[in-house]
Amino acid sequence: MLNEYDKIQILRDKIQKLSRTKVSFMEVCGTHTMSVAKHAIKSMLPENINIVSGPGCPVCVTSQTDIEMSLILARSENKIICTFGDMIKVPSRKDSLANYKNVKIIYSPLDALKIAHENPGREIILLGIGFETTTPLIAVTIKTAKQECIKNFSVLSMHKTVPTALKLILSSPDISLNGLILPGHVSAVTGRKYFDFIKDYHTCGVIAGFEALDIMECIYLLTKSVEENKVEVINNYTRIVSEEGNQLAMQLLYEVFEDCDCKWRGIGEIPNSGLKIREKFQAYDAKIKFDIPIENIAEPKNCRCGEILMAKKTPPDCALFKNTCTPLNPIGPCMVSSEGTCAAYYKYL
Amino acid sequence: MPTITLNHGLGGKQMHEFIKNTIMTKLQNGILEKMDDSAILKNLKTNRLALTTDSYVVSPLIFPGGDIGRLCVCGTVNDLTTSGAKPYALTLAFIIEEGMDLAVLDTIIDSINKTAKEAQILIVTGDTKVVEKGKGDGIFINTSGIGFIDDHIEISTYNTKDHDDVLVTGPIGNHEIAMMKARNLIEFDLTVESDVRPLNIPIENLLKQKVLLHSIKDPTRGGLASALYEIVEHSKVDITLIEKDLPIDKVVQSVCSLVGFDPLYLANEGKFIITCPKESSQHIIKAFKGTAQIIGRAKKSEHPKLLMETKSGGIRKIGMLETMQLPRIC
Repeated sequence: MLNEYDKIQILRDKIQKLSRTKVSFMEVCGTHTMSVAKHAIKSMLPENINIVSGPGCPVCVTSQTDIEMSLILARSENKIICTFGDMIKVPSRKDSLANYKNVKIIYSPLDALKIAHENPGREIILLGIGFETTTPLIAVTIKTAKQECIKNFSVLSMHKTVPTALKLILSSPDISLNGLILPGHVSAVTGRKYFDFIKDYHTCGVIAGFEALDIMECIYLLTKSVEENKVEVINNYTRIVSEEGNQLAMQLLYEVFEDCDCKWRGIGEIPNSGLKIREKFQAYDAKIKFDIPIENIAEPKNCRCGEILMAKKTPPDCALFKNTCTPLNPIGPCMVSSEGTCAAYYKYL
Repeated sequence: MPTITLNHGLGGKQMHEFIKNTIMTKLQNGILEKMDDSAILKNLKTNRLALTTDSYVVSPLIFPGGDIGRLCVCGTVNDLTTSGAKPYALTLAFIIEEGMDLAVLDTIIDSINKTAKEAQILIVTGDTKVVEKGKGDGIFINTSGIGFIDDHIEISTYNTKDHDDVLVTGPIGNHEIAMMKARNLIEFDLTVESDVRPLNIPIENLLKQKVLLHSIKDPTRGGLASALYEIVEHSKVDITLIEKDLPIDKVVQSVCSLVGFDPLYLANEGKFIITCPKESSQHIIKAFKGTAQIIGRAKKSEHPKLLMETKSGGIRKIGMLETMQLPRIC
């Protein structure tokens, strides 16, 4: 029986032998970005194969305006802001959520309801970020709040969906991609078929897990498809991902949320790429409940996060990278997030 | 519950009785109980003296696997040992907060006594101050230590050579995970103890046998990676760690995977990194009863780097610790 190391070395040889064309593969998901760096995958690939990072880190793609809205809520009286970890460090106009004592880090969205129960006199706002993986959980939380008649709870939805951003990248004339390393966790919810659309852009995709062997298998399959001139979307993470996905989770998501236009950091507004809370649940929509003044905040000067998210640039192309922008003093979210491309480059490359 | 009051630090009768009854009875060694203002050390035959100091502010004071008393002896003893010194004497200074439980203080002093015996070191002088309630955190302890370095010994972080083996004396990360658990920062059920222990005896034995060691470093705050960075920069070598050979206990590995920590950056209080010529490695492994392990190699370099050969066979950089927002741990 071969061990994992041996299997990886066999794949490494196979990829070396197979690779003839110069190609770029994009890791769509932030967890893949970190995993590729941590396992030193790039050091095992031939020069012909270039791995670039995509827009799949939810913190990284959150617009400056959304960050500012979260801050406005944190500064206003009698509120508790609940969020997942990395969001608290993203800077906006020399401030960040980390400066406020009423910002609580949670591990499950249902924790926010518990906090709402315990603080009946205060308004609890959950910062909703993430893609198809996390949004169903937020949908469940909103439904539970409604069922239990919890009035002091709402969600600031900054949720996004993967396909529209990918379509934009795949149709962009200045980005040339030959294959996509498709997100394992998102696919567990959406199913494999959800990503069939990428074939319309003559691009292959392989749904991959997050271990070194998963990623090497994925790169092997992508290389094989490219060299054999095939355009296909392969599920290589069958221990978690099915053809149709988790239909129940997707139904829940669209029961509570609906598509809306959405601003992505560095990319701008992408039609139908965001998720807003449906009218039926608008008592839980923080944007409606609190009438937050929305200003368009410019992104930090010279920050290249947007182009990095679109794989048009790599972190060393940014003048701020490692100079003024470091994990200790991050300027853009790609350095803040533990799944950000700049953080991965800084730490491992 | 009997507690410390401000009177315990006033210099009067109560302070003297307290020091005599609570501290001296436990720590007496022929020098300390003289209670002179300074300790006099006689007949020291050495050309080189190592001197170090450290303050201990850990919370909670008693944690799984140890307490601040054990920590304040081990930390200073181990610091002396990293320069190849044989630790000889320690000073011991307490800053105690008014209201501290005397029973806890008793436990701490017992632990200091036991650990000093384990490390075969004398506590020769000390000091006790009491601060008002709210101005301390139970107790802060400072220890300074001296040790003697034999003439033939050249051990420093500047001394790692081309082709040296890099060893660690046991599994990494247990202290910090134990502290996180003790502070309820991790909620799941697990049993993990701090590794806090004095490491001078095995090193003294190695030096007695004339086993050649080049650098010794204790990977405390900042963990293995930060300690290795110091050797890399000072000795101008690349160090490549072999990921599959890193000793990490299962429980530490699991916590790291769950909360997203890298064990390379977790604090240890009872481990050394040692670099040495290949011939010395087996002696070190034996001296540490088989828990020590070769984890990498050093190579002379113009542009020193810390690298990792990953389990999958790739090579990547190991970054320096940038942000770790954990409360104090040592």
